[in-house]
Amino acid sequence: MNKTKINNGGLLAWVDERFPLSSLITNHLTKYYAPKNFNFWYFFGALALLTLVLQLVTGLLLTMHYKPDAELAFASVEYIMRDVSFGWLIRYMHSTGASLFFVVVYMHMFRALIYGSYKNPRELLWLFGVAIFLCLMGEAFFGYLLPWGQMSYWGAQVIVNLFSTIPFIGPDLSEWLRGDYLVSDATLNRFFAFHVIALPIVLLGLVFFHLVALHEVGSNNPDGIDIKKNLDKKTGIPLDGIPFHPYYTVKDLIGVSTYLIIFALIVFYLPEMGGYFLEANNFIPANPLVTPAHIAPVWYFTPYYSILRAVPPILNSQFPGVAAMGLSVIIFAFLPWLDRSEVRSIRYKGILFKRWIALFVTSFIVLGYLGTEPSNVWGQFSSAIPFIGGVDKATIAARIFTVTYFAFFVLMPFYSKRDKTKPVPSRVKY
Amino acid sequence: MKSLTKFFLIGLFFCDVGLANDGPILEKAPIDLTDQQSLQRGAKTFINYCLNCHSANYMRYNRLNDIGLTDSLIKENLLFTAEKVGEPMKVAMNREDAKVWFGANPPDLSVEVRARGSDWVYGYLRGYYRDPTRPTGWNNTVYEKTAMPHILWKLQGDQKLDEKHQTLEIVKPGTLSVKEYDAFIGDLVNYLTFMSEPSKLKRLDMGYYVLIFLGLLLLLTVKLKKEFWKDIK
Amino acid sequence: MANHQDDKIDKKKRSFLIAATTVTGAIGAGAIAVPFLSSMTPSERAKAAGAPVEVDLSKIEAGSMITTEWRGQPVWIINRSKAMLDDLKKNDLNLSDPNLDVISQQPSYCKNATRSLKPNLLVLVGICTHLGCSPTAKLETQGDMGENWSGGFFCPCHGSRFDLAGRVYKGSPAPINLVVPPHKYIDEKTILIGEDNIG
Repeated sequence: MNKTKINNGGLLAWVDERFPLSSLITNHLTKYYAPKNFNFWYFFGALALLTLVLQLVTGLLLTMHYKPDAELAFASVEYIMRDVSFGWLIRYMHSTGASLFFVVVYMHMFRALIYGSYKNPRELLWLFGVAIFLCLMGEAFFGYLLPWGQMSYWGAQVIVNLFSTIPFIGPDLSEWLRGDYLVSDATLNRFFAFHVIALPIVLLGLVFFHLVALHEVGSNNPDGIDIKKNLDKKTGIPLDGIPFHPYYTVKDLIGVSTYLIIFALIVFYLPEMGGYFLEANNFIPANPLVTPAHIAPVWYFTPYYSILRAVPPILNSQFPGVAAMGLSVIIFAFLPWLDRSEVRSIRYKGILFKRWIALFVTSFIVLGYLGTEPSNVWGQFSSAIPFIGGVDKATIAARIFTVTYFAFFVLMPFYSKRDKTKPVPSRVKY
Repeated sequence: MKSLTKFFLIGLFFCDVGLANDGPILEKAPIDLTDQQSLQRGAKTFINYCLNCHSANYMRYNRLNDIGLTDSLIKENLLFTAEKVGEPMKVAMNREDAKVWFGANPPDLSVEVRARGSDWVYGYLRGYYRDPTRPTGWNNTVYEKTAMPHILWKLQGDQKLDEKHQTLEIVKPGTLSVKEYDAFIGDLVNYLTFMSEPSKLKRLDMGYYVLIFLGLLLLLTVKLKKEFWKDIK
Repeated sequence: MANHQDDKIDKKKRSFLIAATTVTGAIGAGAIAVPFLSSMTPSERAKAAGAPVEVDLSKIEAGSMITTEWRGQPVWIINRSKAMLDDLKKNDLNLSDPNLDVISQQPSYCKNATRSLKPNLLVLVGICTHLGCSPTAKLETQGDMGENWSGGFFCPCHGSRFDLAGRVYKGSPAPINLVVPPHKYIDEKTILIGEDNIG
């Protein structure tokens, strides 16, 4: 068997002389070795990429019919839903994709959290990821104004006003962001520009860097073991590594088909998702004179929104709440330097880390839930109780969980160092 | 797979909460988008009564084709506020007048059901009662102090509110019996629901095929993966 | 890589599964492309705006014309007088395509000497077949068009000339005659432009 394939010219050779097509394919697919023990959590990177593509395509098609004009925006969305051929499908795909993008990204981040994927040497990979997350939040926020319904309008109003609490420059800053004294046509027009041009370009750039960084250092895995330490002596290939293509391409296809099934279930049968993906009040055109009785951000922002509401004003300033909210997102960036554990994966970390991560996830979910509800959702404490008598129960709960949320990060250097870790095997478990 | 189930459970938890309605307890509206007779009756009611003051600017007359009305039928019987069947359902009334008469412009009803819910509209249109303290002489159990007068009072008759039990009873019968009136409003709300998302039936239908297809794709990819992963030891 | 591993691989099954998945995937991609591409076709609004137009003919006097709009284009309806119709035949020698051999320029029911359903009433899309300007009506004979002008249309952009059946004169930059749109009579006095009985 010594069939050496002779490249007899041909199209591929012609291309390869001018563009490294073959070597790109080998270096990044057929001879890119990924750990063989990836589990469920490792689907979400590919799914995020797929969602990004879907959003770009459906977004492009929506742009062809949407009008970024305060007089026309709401009507143009209904025009898409009714008059444009299959416009309803494209719009629902875009709105569902927005929410599922966050589901996928949160799962992807959680994976990094439990398997220590942010730790040395993957700090930059993680930082690019955090930047992508921030960019995605901006993209979602700008995009949510575009349907120009009541929730779009008042959501933008509230969030832009958050900037006005920044000392000294705040009021001027939020006025500059809006381009007007209130959220108006000017705001809509510029949010549209950010949503369809500026942020997508930044997002694509960041995703590219994220992938470059990933392929430079290689994937982590559920055991948190560096597979490059155990190479086959003859071939120099990691013993626990398998070529990304075909093994992970075929595996990711399962993830993709499953994801598409969930996607289709929502698009075709639950596009509003009980008011979580598309809010009922957003079917009322924006009205600057009437605020809906209860406004809440879309579900993916609610944990941070809860933190904002939980922090009481200090010296008559709302700024501490705003700062806490900002910090609750930014703080993810510091993880690589907060975690001082010897090991990466939760499998070999001690009980302290497991407890803290359980607390963190609980806080995140409870804060997320509370953010969708008015703060009196659980009623008030009896006025007989000192200090907290008469205060909303949900507010106190949100405060406790806010403290827990931050404690997870702030105390990490201490508990991760003290934690009793288990010995890490030299080869991955498969 | 355990984690996958967890993911779904969390998802379900998220769907269930927040659906709780703080407003009045509403009876379920009899919605059946496949009942074309009901939708046609509702469309007729909508055009004869509602369209005098409310527009449905995003709804084209010829979209009524979807509920079994042909262009010529629409043209002969329903086309009051437009010239061509391709035009939207504009309002008959002048919008400036409306502001003077009612203090506010009656809202466009194209997507009203998606904002309020069909049960809300069903309750609202059946919830009028006599209240001399209101400028219109009418109040509503579902939408207190509503600005809209009871347009359909000749059909429903006069209701009185029993303040103690918060129930309504007919004190002066209208031309329709309670049952007939409920069915009449049921048809109207059914139509309003159709109009708020005309492509809904198509969406539900299409989803079925898409899911069958994706199921097949999943099956194939599982087989494919298993076959390839035999190599990995 | 190690050869003994390759032996165990059921290559047939593998290539079958690859082919099956690829084909299914391609069908899926094709299926999603259908709604995506169809979203770029004229919407219901565009269709409504481009719907056939009814025109009342009773007010067009013999020897005059009106302009109406269909699909955003000017459409002329010309009521030709007896004299005008008589003149038509005389032009044949000076025309590029007097016998209407280019099929796309009129529906089959208008491929006749007067290019119309009723001899006197001519319906034309008022767009020059050269580069899309709208020609000017010069219905009267002679005048500023010169002594030999027997009435017709003159395109100000590049000087194309057409007779009173919309047929282009030799030497004009326009390659074919003016287009007759599909149309039909609803009754004696009403014409519907944009729809006919042959679909």
